[in-house]
Amino acid sequence: MEVWQYINSHWVTIGSWTMDHLWLILVSNSFAVFIGVSLGIFISGKGREEVADTVLYLAGIMMTIPSLALFGLLMPLLSALNLPSLGFLPAVIALILYGQLPILRNTYTAIREVDPAMIEAGRGMGMTSRQILLKIKLPLAVPVIMAGLRNAVVINIGIATIAVFIGARGLGVPIFRGLRTSRTDMIITGAVFVSVLALLVDGLLALAERKFTPEGLKK
Amino acid sequence: MIKLENVKKVYPDGTEAVKGITFEINEGELCVLLGPSGCGKTTTMKMINRLIPITEGHIYIDGTDNREMDENELRREMGYAIQEIGLFPHMTVRENIATVPTLKNWSDDEKEERARNLLNLMGMDPDEFIDKYPTELSGGQRQRVGVARSLGADPPIMLMDEPFGAIDPITRDRLQDEFLKIQNEIQKTIVFVTHDINEAIKMGDKVALLKEGELIQYSQPAELLAAPKNRFVRDFVGSDRTLKSLRLMKVDEAMKESPRVVKEDQDLESVGQIMREEGVNYLIVVENGNKLKGWINREDVEEAGQGRVADAMVRDTEAAETGTSLANALTVMLERDVANLPVVDGDNNLKGLLTFNDLQSLIGETYTESGGKHPEVSK
Repeated sequence: MEVWQYINSHWVTIGSWTMDHLWLILVSNSFAVFIGVSLGIFISGKGREEVADTVLYLAGIMMTIPSLALFGLLMPLLSALNLPSLGFLPAVIALILYGQLPILRNTYTAIREVDPAMIEAGRGMGMTSRQILLKIKLPLAVPVIMAGLRNAVVINIGIATIAVFIGARGLGVPIFRGLRTSRTDMIITGAVFVSVLALLVDGLLALAERKFTPEGLKK
Repeated sequence: MIKLENVKKVYPDGTEAVKGITFEINEGELCVLLGPSGCGKTTTMKMINRLIPITEGHIYIDGTDNREMDENELRREMGYAIQEIGLFPHMTVRENIATVPTLKNWSDDEKEERARNLLNLMGMDPDEFIDKYPTELSGGQRQRVGVARSLGADPPIMLMDEPFGAIDPITRDRLQDEFLKIQNEIQKTIVFVTHDINEAIKMGDKVALLKEGELIQYSQPAELLAAPKNRFVRDFVGSDRTLKSLRLMKVDEAMKESPRVVKEDQDLESVGQIMREEGVNYLIVVENGNKLKGWINREDVEEAGQGRVADAMVRDTEAAETGTSLANALTVMLERDVANLPVVDGDNNLKGLLTFNDLQSLIGETYTESGGKHPEVSK
């Protein structure tokens, strides 16, 4: 009841927190996809198995660092570089790092697992390595890469709430204000909006995944 | 023409996969590279389009050293089909077939026309199949599309690595027949890798038999069967090589041309007389010029005594069409328990008569040619 009242009387503010949250996710995951897919393609190349192991290992370690600690670690690093150590930038950087593992790993795995017979056929017909990547490997990897992206986005929608500690705006704001002032209605409002947001975005990405999956691969 | 000159492949670890082989493949010929696994046949094929780099020696394509060409250009001038097919599952049949034309920047209209022509050539209805995806096709259809794709840009040369290897024997047999028919039309220079001696004999104009990276024998299939160079070849072609050679020979080669015939309205007495005079127990009955109607045998003639041929003849008769292999004809004779098999053309016109005796003496000849009636028994 109280929750409903709170939402009713603060919907403009809640709306703007939601938009901030979304913006944070959009910016950080755009970078995360770009970096993750590029790096994934790079490490899937022939003769780069050891590089791949190292990169995936590092990305794995990244996931184990508690988000609060990562934010804390980023602050001195950024101020040493004369960049803002609070607010949007460190939040985006942290989220890019957290988004790496699922995107990177899925890109790498998907490309490595393309049936060697297809690559053999492509080479035998005179495709260049670039054409094999663009015309065969990547289209076949799209569904798996999209699944990785969905994973990253959902994880990041959760983690982004914690970014409020370093001054980023978003749905973390009502949660932490509620915690400080023992306002359960604010905590629940924040939590519910984060969950609903995660479900909605995941649903949208599922649609996108279907759209981008090449026709012949759909069941 | 493809010319291999002392071609060697040595891998960095010292393995000699191909130990300096030399031979030529003539234009329009289907050359089978045959041998047990590990003999270097696939390696040899892949050195022709440089999927595997040559260590030593030269391969000339129409006189040009293949190492002087751009490797991708080189490959686009050679069709490439493999056992695993490797159709691209995210592309339609049309896009798959047009892979090389796309690489060569053909227009959409040209690609469409080519894809349709090739599907027709493969005996697949373009309207039904052109928009399908590989997952919607049966194994045999995929194999056909794979071959169509390798013919995509009408390359003068084709490399085929066990292209019919991964399908059931019945479909494989049919695809082989179809492909031979197609090859008859298109006359490509083909390098065809297989480990299956029967496929090699059936498909090859020439067979290159390899063993541990060396070329052991390079000859026409019939010669490979009739005159194996050494024990390895003899063992490889198998102890039933005489039977195998029957698959290579056609009924046309063994039949008697223009055998004695009778007509339906001839009276039995005169027929009986012919049989006694000629010393035969069997005569073919024809009508309307030279159309095969059936046959009549001596017992029935003598039993009936009087009347017309039509009353005593057997109408339901087995016949072999011209071009049938002797192996198939022999199978029919054994299955139906007949010693005579009329040979007809596509319009049921009588062309000749194949008898069991003729077959027997032909088999005898093959044995004699290969050095005596009792080939060495290998232990």
